[in-house]
Parts: sequence; C-alpha cells; structure tokens
Amino acid sequence: MSDTTPRPSPRPAERSGWRFSAWNLLLLVPLLMLVTPWFNTVTPRLFGMPFFYWVQFVWVVVGVACVAIVYRMTRDEPVTNAPDELGVDDLDERNVR
Amino acid sequence: MTNWVELVVFLVLFLVVTVLGFLAARWQRGGHMEHLDEWGLGGRKFGSWVTWFLVGGDLYTAYTFVAVPALLFSSGALGFYALPYTVVLYPLVFLPVLRLWSVSRVHGYVTPADFVRGRYGSSLLALIVAITGIVATMPYIALQLVGLEAVLRTMGINASGILGHLPLLIAFVILAVYTYQSGLRAPALIAFVKDILIYAVILVAVLYLPAKLGGWASIFDSAQAKLSQPSATSGGKPQGSILLTGSNQLQYITLALGSALALFLYPHSVTGVLASRGRAVLKRNMVALPAYSLLLGLLALLGYVAIAAGVKPVTNNATGRPDANTIIPALFDSQFGSLFAGIAFAAIGIGALVPAAIMSIAAANLWTRNVYKEYLHRSATPRQEARQAKLASLVVKFGAVAFILFIDPQFSIDLQLIGGVIILQTLPAVAIALYTRWLHRWALLAGWVVGMTYGMYLLSIIPNPATGRRHFGGSALTLDKLTILGWHPFAGSTVQIYVGFVALVVNLVVAVVVTWLLRAAGVFNGPDQTAPADYHADEGSPRLKPVADAVAGAPGAKVVASE
Repeated sequence: MSDTTPRPSPRPAERSGWRFSAWNLLLLVPLLMLVTPWFNTVTPRLFGMPFFYWVQFVWVVVGVACVAIVYRMTRDEPVTNAPDELGVDDLDERNVR
Repeated sequence: MTNWVELVVFLVLFLVVTVLGFLAARWQRGGHMEHLDEWGLGGRKFGSWVTWFLVGGDLYTAYTFVAVPALLFSSGALGFYALPYTVVLYPLVFLPVLRLWSVSRVHGYVTPADFVRGRYGSSLLALIVAITGIVATMPYIALQLVGLEAVLRTMGINASGILGHLPLLIAFVILAVYTYQSGLRAPALIAFVKDILIYAVILVAVLYLPAKLGGWASIFDSAQAKLSQPSATSGGKPQGSILLTGSNQLQYITLALGSALALFLYPHSVTGVLASRGRAVLKRNMVALPAYSLLLGLLALLGYVAIAAGVKPVTNNATGRPDANTIIPALFDSQFGSLFAGIAFAAIGIGALVPAAIMSIAAANLWTRNVYKEYLHRSATPRQEARQAKLASLVVKFGAVAFILFIDPQFSIDLQLIGGVIILQTLPAVAIALYTRWLHRWALLAGWVVGMTYGMYLLSIIPNPATGRRHFGGSALTLDKLTILGWHPFAGSTVQIYVGFVALVVNLVVAVVVTWLLRAAGVFNGPDQTAPADYHADEGSPRLKPVADAVAGAPGAKVVASE
C-alpha cells in the first residue's frame, strides 16, 4: 500500500488504490487546537491580547506549516511534461515548480 | 440620513465590478461556452492565483465578515470559533479534495452528486445529495443579501417596506445578468477586486482602530466589562465572556470541527475546487488559503473593538428591530472618514456578490446534472445542459431575493444554521466514498434519513430566550435535552454541543449497522464506475476526460456545440 518512491519517468505512472505516506500524519497535528482547556486563559497577554486569542493566531501558522511540509515531502510525482498552453497563465503564475 | 461620499465611492466601485463581470465572458475564453465545463466551471483551468482568489472569495463571504464580529459583539469568545474552524479545515480536507478533483476530472463530474452517482450507480442517492446541496445553499445565498443590506442601511439607504429592498433588488438583477452571461469566470475575476479591497480595509482597521481606542488591552477589558453585565433577556446571567465557560467549551469545539467538515461538502466549495487546473494548484492553495483565516480572526476581534467604541447597531426600518449585523458597518461609519468607509462598504458589498454568484452556479449545476438530465430530459445535449443551468441560476438568485423581500431575514439566518446541519449528513456518501465503498448504498440512504430527521428534531427543541422563540433558536444543544427515544443519557448537564455533530454521529452509526446487515444478507451494492487509479490522476494524465467534451454514454454524446 505504501508507494512513495520517486519515479524518474517523465509521465507520472498511474498508481492504484491507497497511497500512504507517514508525512500525512502531520495533518492531524492542527486538530490539537481543538483542546480548548489548554489555552482558555487571559494570561499571559501579548500586545494586550488575552492568551486565548493570540495563541489561536499562532495555531494558524502551525496549521500552514503542517500542510506545507506534507505538500513538500509527498511531492514525488512530476506534475506534467506537456507544454502549458493554457491561456489563464497570462494572468497567473507560469511553471512555479 | 444618507452619507453621499460613502455612497458615491460605493457606487463607483460597484460599477467597476459590474463592467468586470460582463467582460469576464471574454476572459481567456476556451472552447464552447455552451457547455457546463465552460459556463459552470470556467473551463476547468484556473491556476493557483485565480483559484486562491476564487475559493477565498467563495468561502469567506460577506455574511461571514458581518456575522462573526456580530457574534463576538453579542456573546463573546464563542464567536471566535471561526478561527479554529478555518485552521483545522485545510489539513482535514487536503487529501480528500485531491481525490475528488482527480476522480471528477477523469470522469467529467461537475457536482459532488455526479461523483456519488458514478461511485454507487445510484441516481436516487445522487438525487438526495443534490437536493441536500441545493436546500443548504439557497439560504446561504439569501444571507449574502443580508450582508449587502446591512451595508446599504448603514449608508442611510434605510427605507421601510418594499422600497427599502429596492437597491438590493437592483444589485441582484445586475449580478444575475452577468452571471448568466459569463458563468464562473465573472466571480473569479471580481474576486480579485473584492479580496484586495477587503485586505486593505481589514489591515487598516486592525492597526488603526486599536491605536485610536487605547490598545488591545483596554479593548478586551471594556468588552469583558460589557459582556459580564446581565442583559434583559438572559435572566440575570452575564451575556457572555471573553473566555469560554464550562458550558460552551464543547459547543466551541464541535462547532469548529463540524463547520470544517461541512464546508467542502457545500456545492459551491466543490465548484471552486473542480474549476482548478490540477492537483498542484489545489495543494498550493491549501497552504496559502489560511491567509484568509488570519484575516477572519482579526476581523472577528473588531466585534470587541465595536464594544470599546460604543457602537450601537442600526435599526432596520423594514423590520423595526436593531440589526446586530450592522455592527461592523456602523463601526466603520463612526470611526473612519467617509471616503475610507465607502471603500470598506464596497468591499463588504462586493464580498456578497462573489459567493452569491458561485453559489447560484453551483446550485444550478446540481439541478441540471442530477435532476434535469437525470429525470426530466435524459437525452439533453451539453448545449441544452448549459442553457438549463443558466436559467436555473436566475431562478435560484431570484428565489433568494424573494426570501429576503417577503420573509423575515431572520428566517434565512435560521435556515443557514440548519444548512450546516443538513449538509453534514452527506459526508458519508461523498467524503467517505472517496476512500472506500465499504458503506452500502442503501445504508448511506438510511443513515441520511435518520441523521436528517434526528438533527431536525434536535434543532426544533432548542429555544432562544433572547428572541423569545421556543423552536429552532440556535444550533447549541444543551446535553440535558439530548434524547435517544425518550432516554436522557446526560440529564442535568448544562454543557452545550453542536447539533450537526450529534446528527452526523447518529448518521454514521446507522450507516455502519445497516451496512453490516446488508452485507450479511448479500444485497448488491451497485456498480462502481471509478477505478482506484482515477483518484490519483493529475493534469497531463491520459486518463483525464477532455474539457468541454460531450458526455460519454449519453444519447446526445455526438452532438458538439459549435461556436
């Protein structure tokens, strides 16, 4: 079931069934934010903001970091080698890979 | 009293957006506009930036911008659930959304119900999912009008009766016409304007207002002081608190989690996802979209800023009651100069148009694909499908306007609350089916029926003392009231929980039990159109179905719309 070895073939090989990478477990980390008793206090304050509020802003960063790491570490498939002829790219990024 | 500077700024920006909406039809036009892939999904080729603006504009709506701070204003910390909701959201949906994109791209699915039909070979289950989606989306569109109206009334366009709704009607007619013409490209293009305005406004507001009002410490202190006073309707208890209390912690957690699970089941979210070009685009967006969460969190705190600034909600002359949703517009009105307040109002107003357009397109797609084509006109060609969807989008939008005009807006707010509960009931059929077909199709149906019925029953027994209502007064259920066929497992408890979460658990339990029974009895589970490898196909794969291709297998498959 686990098949995360990088493939040198230019065309992404079609895979089947489940793919699992241990990195995906990182996606569960932000759920810890839902344990509210850990941070339901006023102190310590930051810029006058109670702990309850500013610590949840910190969790935004944690959430982004977790998803970004999973994205980076599971990027084993080359996306496409076909020339990008899509017009929307005029307004959009081109080949940011 | 009308503020003319605000109004002129608002109208100019509104005009810019209207022109953009009409020009959008020509923007990067692909093959046949007379096809759902083009009209309803923008050609399925949006890149990372367009998707970021489109999905951001879609998920973070005007109503969110108006209602979340209003909730903090009136009840305190509970309203901040919007932040954890949008933080846990992206990690939760990261993998399932990629699978949904791939399988939809391989088979040409336009709606989540299309996927269910392909996965289980059941047009009945697909119909149930489609109708649930349409019913949940309709009040959501109406709520965008509530957001827009809050802005208009703050600017002084606050007449009573039908006349008071006229500006709203005009705005929506314009929206309806350019959505009809340009399809999903219109909101995609307008979303750029909307989000840039919103970012500018919020950043200025969260930097300037606390400095003006004595810093965050004093803002939170005055919020706590006001919230700790008993209100006329709370029976001597404090109105709220800037921290969670013993009884609303579980509500905070389950509401955040339940809302996160529900969001990508809404048809308009799926529309945004399916319009993107590839998996890499979606992955990058899952990393970048939380920028909006940061924004939403900051915006939510403006509810406390409004308390510190002593803002009073504007009285809605159509209903005669103070409208809590005008808190944020009223705050901008009292604290900013007219020019900047006008920009802020335009940001919220345009913020209503983007999601309203996407939602009406999503509802129209559901109607066309899963009701019209399935039951009314099986041999519909892609061109007829596109025409049907365009008409349906008009019906949906005017239905939403009628909601606001003829029925108390409060009703839309209640329905939206119910919307979250009912859309969650499609989670087993859509999200779990992306991974496994273990749950039996009849078990999914049984789970849906029981979850839906139980959820509605629980909502019906929730009173709201603040508005004097005895039924459908909110989504926070006191555990004391939780009954399972007359048995009260948590009698005496004052802890509250989100109804949608309870109903989903019941739905899942029923689905699992019935699956066991049906499997033991050897009942056929329907044909599966999808192959395991479909769920990993990416752009460039030969598996993908060509965009705007005639739908294979349908009698009208050979008819290709001409330009």
